[in-house]
Amino acid sequence: MIPRASHSVLRQARTQLRRRTGPTPVASLSALARLLSSLAVLEQKNGKLNHGSLGAVTAAQMLGGSIIGFVAGGNIKAVAEEAAKVGGIEKIIAVDNAAYDKGLPENYAPLLVENIKKGGFTHIIAGHTAFGKSLMPRVAALLDVQQISDITAIEDEKTFVRPVYAGNAIATVESSDDIKIITIRGTAFAAAEAEGGSASIEDGVDPKAECTTEWVSENLAKSDRPDLATAGKVVSGGRGLKSKEDFDRIMLPLADALGAAVGASRAAVDSGYADNSLQVGQTGKVVAPQLYLCAGISGAIQHLAGMKDSKVIAAINKDADAPIFQVADIGLVGDLFDKVPELTEKLKQ
Amino acid sequence: MSALRILVPVKRVIDYAASSSSIALISHSKRKQQSNTPCFTGQTPRQQSPNGRRNGGVKHSMNPFDELSIEESVRIREKKSYPHGVSDIIAFTCGPPKSADILRTAMAMGADRSIHVETKDGDEIEPLSVAKLLRAVVDKEKVDLVVLGKQSIDDDAGQTGQMLAGLLGWAQATQASKVSFEGDGKGVVVEKEVDGGSETTRSNLPMVVTADLRLNEPRYASLPNIMKAKKKKIEKITAEELGVDLGKRLKTLKVIEPPPRQGGGKVEDVDGMISKLKELGAI
Repeated sequence: MIPRASHSVLRQARTQLRRRTGPTPVASLSALARLLSSLAVLEQKNGKLNHGSLGAVTAAQMLGGSIIGFVAGGNIKAVAEEAAKVGGIEKIIAVDNAAYDKGLPENYAPLLVENIKKGGFTHIIAGHTAFGKSLMPRVAALLDVQQISDITAIEDEKTFVRPVYAGNAIATVESSDDIKIITIRGTAFAAAEAEGGSASIEDGVDPKAECTTEWVSENLAKSDRPDLATAGKVVSGGRGLKSKEDFDRIMLPLADALGAAVGASRAAVDSGYADNSLQVGQTGKVVAPQLYLCAGISGAIQHLAGMKDSKVIAAINKDADAPIFQVADIGLVGDLFDKVPELTEKLKQ
Repeated sequence: MSALRILVPVKRVIDYAASSSSIALISHSKRKQQSNTPCFTGQTPRQQSPNGRRNGGVKHSMNPFDELSIEESVRIREKKSYPHGVSDIIAFTCGPPKSADILRTAMAMGADRSIHVETKDGDEIEPLSVAKLLRAVVDKEKVDLVVLGKQSIDDDAGQTGQMLAGLLGWAQATQASKVSFEGDGKGVVVEKEVDGGSETTRSNLPMVVTADLRLNEPRYASLPNIMKAKKKKIEKITAEELGVDLGKRLKTLKVIEPPPRQGGGKVEDVDGMISKLKELGAI
């Protein structure tokens, strides 16, 4: 790694010198692109690469420059090999230490910081997932950088676009930090190709920071249905479902008929109709499927923040004035207890 | 072991129920002004609004996640869940003079006193700067637990708590839905909302916790408590006194309205819905 780096630095120096004689803005841009070096922080769980986190690689590709992937955990070899196959990645930095399995930011952040300092990266990119949200601001603070959260577009190497006010406004921000720390909105950056790459694998540095937090347990909702955040189709229920029994009875068969993931509004989650992890909105998941079909959801701002980038929105609601109809491509006014089962039956045929 | 000293940072934001059109209106008027601070905060000078419409009067209130942090801190005291008790609950804000209102609200809910780092109207302070202010306050006030909201609903950054924990080198638990203390008064067990479900971790004090919506149900401040809160102290302190530079790292180039989404109209029945779904290629 070190010889290669010095080589590229040399080449960079040469281009810089050459440019002195005839400077053009275009040349300076491409020279900059060569200097860019992005670290994509990839997630793993139980020895499996989380393909959702490959959106970070896509974002890095948009920036240009070299792309290095980062993985850490116990028995990381298999994950590193899987990540090495991802298209566009030049190198995988892997740290083999079971202390990083749970992604606890208290020791993962110092780990990342050491590897960032060693690698001299200009951009650090992670998904705006529970892992990225908890980890990256801590990394940013340790590096004295103002992070840019949940970006939806990249304009250039220092200019990024991100929604604010629950998606009611879109801000374009320019960073003056030397290192850019970014989390990306998963629905805005498709996962990179899992095949076609042949990156080298290298051991990263391991500062073995002490961790004042220990992982105790987890309680994950088990489901055979597609993952909500990445599903192509989502059916979602709201307060109109009235009870958990009705939610399960009405919405789950519809989800199965469509092969869709199940989502819910905050009202449905708070009333106990659906699990917390299914909440779609500003404070829950942000989804952008091909089809978002919702029933019994009025369409509050906070809910729209989580789904209004869906390709097609279909809504069933008995209130013809519900705000959801202002964004829905297809609206059906009617009682969901009649309409949804009818829809389910007809879709099955 | 001594009693717990809790710091609760709160932020004044546009009320969560403010309609998107009023938010859009503010952003629109800001663009018209070609202001250098396009981070609209609803404090746009009224006379400059387009078509003479008033937009300075958008309702502001405490960030909803911060209400949860105050509530949780007060509950730790009331339920005596920390074995050595709670000696001090300090509300903190960094914001314009009007932010004092939400400090009063926090004290009416049960905070003992407040610290206000005052900024000019319209100044947006970045999470990194807020985290540095908080670090200074934590050192000054010998705080053992900081409870923050997981994000502010205006900037939606979700960074301050984690940054503070990083700066202090403390443990952190983000998106907490349940906080409990172990008998020895050292360990804090936190249930956190994560993708796909929940996760439980155990950390040692001192630590930083950020509140998720499901942590609790914030109380309404009663009238007697509101009156009492008026007697509680708000200490004003400047960023300079805390030794923090509020300089910005990010420059907001523009703020625009998102592309409007057109409702596609309604269908008569389920068959109509299915055929339209097929037409749009959704199934």
